[in-house]
Amino acid sequence: MRHIISILLENEAGALSHVAGLFSARGYNIESLTVAPTEDPSLSRMTLVTSGSDDIIEQIIKQLNKLVDTVRLIDLTEGPHIEREMLLVKVRAEGGGTREEIKRVADIFRGRIIDVTDTTYTIELTGAWGKLDAFLDTLHRPLILEVVRSGVSGISRGEKVLQA
Amino acid sequence: MELTGADIFVRCLEEEGVEYVFGYPGGAVLYLYDALFRQDAVKHILARHEQGAAHAADGYARATGRPGVVLVTSGPGVTNAVTGIATAYMDSIPLVVFSGQVPTHLIGNDAFQEVDSVGVTRPCVKHNFLVKDVKDLALTIKKAFYIATTGRPGPVVVDIPKDVTARKAVFRYPGTISMRSYNPVVRGHSGQIRKAVDLMLRAKRPILYTGGGVILGEGSGALTELTRLLGFPITNTLMGLGAYPATDRQFVGMLGMHGTYEANMAMHNCDVLIAVGARFDDRVTGNIEKFCPHARVIHIDIDPASISKNVKVDIPIVGSVDAVLREMIKVVGESDRRADPGALTEWWKQIDEWRSMDCLKYDRQSDVIKPQYVLECLYRLTAGDAYVTSDVGQHQMWTAQFYKFDRPRRWINSGGLGTMGFGLPAAMGVQLAFPDETVVCVTSEASVQMCIQELATCRQYGLPIKVVNLSNRYMGMVRQWQEFFYQGRYAMSYMEALPDFVRLAESYGHAGMHIERPEDVEGALREALKVRDKAVFLDFATDQAENVYPMIPAGAGQNEMILV
Repeated sequence: MRHIISILLENEAGALSHVAGLFSARGYNIESLTVAPTEDPSLSRMTLVTSGSDDIIEQIIKQLNKLVDTVRLIDLTEGPHIEREMLLVKVRAEGGGTREEIKRVADIFRGRIIDVTDTTYTIELTGAWGKLDAFLDTLHRPLILEVVRSGVSGISRGEKVLQA
Repeated sequence: MELTGADIFVRCLEEEGVEYVFGYPGGAVLYLYDALFRQDAVKHILARHEQGAAHAADGYARATGRPGVVLVTSGPGVTNAVTGIATAYMDSIPLVVFSGQVPTHLIGNDAFQEVDSVGVTRPCVKHNFLVKDVKDLALTIKKAFYIATTGRPGPVVVDIPKDVTARKAVFRYPGTISMRSYNPVVRGHSGQIRKAVDLMLRAKRPILYTGGGVILGEGSGALTELTRLLGFPITNTLMGLGAYPATDRQFVGMLGMHGTYEANMAMHNCDVLIAVGARFDDRVTGNIEKFCPHARVIHIDIDPASISKNVKVDIPIVGSVDAVLREMIKVVGESDRRADPGALTEWWKQIDEWRSMDCLKYDRQSDVIKPQYVLECLYRLTAGDAYVTSDVGQHQMWTAQFYKFDRPRRWINSGGLGTMGFGLPAAMGVQLAFPDETVVCVTSEASVQMCIQELATCRQYGLPIKVVNLSNRYMGMVRQWQEFFYQGRYAMSYMEALPDFVRLAESYGHAGMHIERPEDVEGALREALKVRDKAVFLDFATDQAENVYPMIPAGAGQNEMILV
């Protein structure tokens, strides 16, 4: 099963590599990983998407907790949460019909065209992981020139917060 | 007052009460060595290879319970030490390893003797640091000792660039430290402890299975008290030997691949398994699918990640072994319930039947030296009271089987990583810590050559280690597997071109003895044990074809042992 794990890490050189090293050393898989400092510059917040059986996820969480740089972590998928990912996609957009069609699909998905040339569009789209997949599936494959995904960020719904 | 990084380093070691630093100098650590030279609170022991330095510090740590300290230079100094660091990591031994690094402005430049030390060591340390500013040095060293010695212990590497050791900062060593990201658990959960005791007292066929964590956590006294109070059988892992007196009747021997028949059969048939400071290693469990099929499992460990890693646990208790066991003793004392005496009598009857198989028997009439006989003699002549280190392979298993350790921290071997070359340097660390005690390194002609250069260190510091070399002219354990599982094709496991160990030892300034006949074994050991001013290398020519029995073959369950 897919899990989104949110981690507060000491914002220190090497902290990211301890996390990445743990995953490769123990053969766990990482679907995506995002990391950036928080409002407190001494802390980084990492969102990590992984998958595995319940036993493996339990081990992943324990091993992450064991890292000396880990301040706190939460498995967002255990409760109500919001996940968002940003997609930038550059597509071939030539000929009136095609340009119209791409614009229409982007609108349906609430995407925005953020760069336009006479032959290309670049579209920005934000949403849950599945929505971005759906959007890409809807575009005519040969038109896609370049795909950039930010990786998932997530946060719990309601009062629940992850703090140091 | 401002001090240089190098002087701060030495002052930190003094503050930590460090007695010995095991190391080897080089370009990047010249300031550090210069600072060590200008003081005498901290003594430096010059190994002959960085691996030897790390193992020596490790042996010191295992025997004393205090952290071992290592100092190596950048590049090859660090990479040579990696085997020693990984050895300590696998057995959760507290080490603080200081490595020199090229100056900060050269880092990443492929400078002379540069290696990414933090990167190279990351998978085999509890934590590591690169100190980029001399102002952070003292606090980082404090953290390194704190992390290495608390919780589940382990090695910590502190990488210090050369310019940081030359720059100056105000020295202030923090008395205590707290880290928001690192808070090891101490006490176990009382509710869980009660639940566990309740299950223990309802057991019909219980067994305690205890590991190195009991020794690391100084829980040996509490373990012995609780075990006697309960009257249950107890088995120790290779790393846990000595935590419970091996000569006690309740002790059923070591378990696992080369454990006793009674220990493994008792494990397989138990209904309640009480695991303490042990980690269900594959060499213990055999085929995990067949492991303890009838048991409900209680697991006490300081590391939550060890619980339910390999075997699903029914009652987990995270906490320091000593604190948890003491609380258990209290709860047992307060409980109205008592272990079922009828069921326990039945259980012991069954165990004694397994015991009567005498699974460690060997040919005592042989006219070649049997390695088991050497170890029995050694045990008898040292009254079971020596510090014994070993290398890795058959001789290690025989020592574990035949030297009955009654006290913790006397049996010092590389269990997790299985590092050949560990025994001799580890014995140096032990002998330095306990200069008046008998320290024996049981080894073989294959293992000992991996760190043989340390005989020079033994000479320099006058360490009277007794090296018991069980020479069968094979990499014995490899040969055994080739005999059992590769139809006797002894691929590259014959040790050719062996040195004359007697002359080799003598050339280093030690005594050497070569023993070929069983009737000479005892006399040679007696003579060697009297020597106090140099090492003695006892080269025993042992039976080439002897195998370690009993054995659980790979993929088999604990009840499927090969007996002699």
